[in-house]
Amino acid sequence: MNEILARELEAPAYGPALLFSESESGAGLAEPAAPIAGRRKLPDMMARQYEPPLLAVKDLVITYEHQKTGAQTEAVHCVSLDIEEGEFVTIVGLSGCGKTSFLNAVAGLVKAVSGSITVAGRRVDRPGPDRAVVFQKATLLPWRTVMDNITYGLELRGIPKQQARQKAGRYVDLVQLRGFEHFHPAALSGGMQQRVNLARALVTEPYLLLLDEPFAALDAITRESMQHELLAIWNQTRKTVLMVTHQIDEAVLLSDRVIVFSPRPARIAADIRINLPRPRTGEVRFDPVFEQRTKEVFDVIHQSTGQVVP
Amino acid sequence: MNSDAAVLTKKSFLDAPSRSRASADRQNNATCREISRFKRRKLLDHLKGHALSTAVFVTVFALWEIASRTGLVDPMFSSSPSAVVLTGIELISDGTLAKHVLASGKVYVLGVGSAIVLGVPIGVATGWFKWVNRAFSPLISAFYTMPRIALMPVFIIWFGLGTSAKVALVLLSAIFPLIVNMQVAMQNIDEEYKRVGIAYGATQWQLFRTIALPSSVPFLLTGLRLSMGRGMLGVIAAEIFGGAEGLGYLIQYAGATFQIDVVFVGVVVIAGFGVIVDRSLAYFATRVDSWKITSS
Ligand SMILES: Nc1ncnc2c1ncn2[C@@H]1O[C@H](COP(=O)(O)OP(=O)(O)O)[C@@H](O)[C@H]1O
Ligand SMILES: [Mg+2]
Repeated sequence: MNEILARELEAPAYGPALLFSESESGAGLAEPAAPIAGRRKLPDMMARQYEPPLLAVKDLVITYEHQKTGAQTEAVHCVSLDIEEGEFVTIVGLSGCGKTSFLNAVAGLVKAVSGSITVAGRRVDRPGPDRAVVFQKATLLPWRTVMDNITYGLELRGIPKQQARQKAGRYVDLVQLRGFEHFHPAALSGGMQQRVNLARALVTEPYLLLLDEPFAALDAITRESMQHELLAIWNQTRKTVLMVTHQIDEAVLLSDRVIVFSPRPARIAADIRINLPRPRTGEVRFDPVFEQRTKEVFDVIHQSTGQVVP
Repeated sequence: MNSDAAVLTKKSFLDAPSRSRASADRQNNATCREISRFKRRKLLDHLKGHALSTAVFVTVFALWEIASRTGLVDPMFSSSPSAVVLTGIELISDGTLAKHVLASGKVYVLGVGSAIVLGVPIGVATGWFKWVNRAFSPLISAFYTMPRIALMPVFIIWFGLGTSAKVALVLLSAIFPLIVNMQVAMQNIDEEYKRVGIAYGATQWQLFRTIALPSSVPFLLTGLRLSMGRGMLGVIAAEIFGGAEGLGYLIQYAGATFQIDVVFVGVVVIAGFGVIVDRSLAYFATRVDSWKITSS
């Protein structure tokens, strides 16, 4: 399967576009593009035009087959989901319900049995530079320094080292790793490793950022500070994000929409809009709306588990 | 051990009056003391180890010397440390040793060098590509289990009694640890790292270059270490078998003519060379692998 997925990308299609799209000023980090007569223009030199939404998933079905017994496990059942550009959408659900499967399908790492996924109008069937994944485990390459881990994606696209490092500089600052560029991952704490993981994805300037329980492995205090940092980063970059988590408060804090998945096979049990003001900070936790939405999400999860007979 | 403990007690006693300091400070101080205690113990252990091995070494040689001087053993057959040293000096000064060392060194470098140049790519290819593995595995295991020296007569017929036949034997002795280790390295690449590469759009070639190769370094070092040892055995075996120069020949000839001192000089030189090769590679391994050691 790896061989299929890792086929050479048709790089010229969008490869060069991901070179410096903006100046080094840092001010114009991926500003949301203005709609042009129903079409949207993405903020890079390619100015790829597409019909919104940015991510369109339609009737997605994912089934795993056991290699030896051939037994089928349906992980995702007929899920349709649209995400607009600049939206922060989080999927919550019980562990094992199919969240990672769904995210990996969008990433192009898992093949769907049926249904379609398009990102900015282009069909997804393998990984591409329009998406970047932040894995649950940091999975930094241990023989590379922090800087070389961050520039890994750019290096794979053939961007010269000097240029890649220059570009990475902004993201090193953004995730507050200045001064640690020459460290090897083994010397970093879990939180710092996860920041490198995040910077590695951000520096490729994807249209869609995919986060799979990025803070699940961290202790409670580190997790909270990372949540606030992600909030700050989002305030600056306004990336379109699809995140998976099982932390309900994390989902409400960060998202514009929270999607609740039913137990396996995953279906959408609810799509809850979090109408808390932006830009947000950690203070938003004390907003009564925060509490209200958190409870709402919690209730839906409880209902959905109650209804499904195992 | 005992004295170490005593020193510590005394130190803590001296520290006792300063109880009034802030607790953080005290804790800090305690940690420092812990560290210095740890370091001291480590150094002590190290020295003890060295002293012990030196003592054993000296005792063995002293007993040997005494045994041959008192006539407990026949010096004709057993030589003695002093005789070996004297013979060694003689062989160095008349250039005999240098001649044989150079001859062996040439065979060794050529043989192990070509084993590296051929063995690493063969191992990588058989480990990375399943079809290459299927095609070559039977051949490799057939060669792997065969005693290499059995092929020496064939090499002599093919290449004559000169350097080539010996290099061929060294090559064949040294190549398998490299092939096998690189094969294992390629087959044990962490799937998670591979997935990162794939997610960021790596091609097969890029996966190989940025994930497979760097993660195979520890295996490569193990392979090199084994292959350099095997190569040395190959050199000596080839020279004992045929030819008119090299340390193996020196030992074989001296043995046949009852020059037992010369045999021991040869053995010492070979052993010394082996230790140097092994140690320098082990040192190199810690340098290259430093990203692993810095953890926690
Ligand atoms: N590679 C796989 N092969 C077979 N079954 C899998 C595989 N990955 C996940 N599954 C199964 O699919 C279901 C959903 O898994 P996953 O998407 O990882 O859930 P979540 O991320 O919500 O915890 C689980 O029951 C899991 O056992
Ligand atoms: Mg998961």
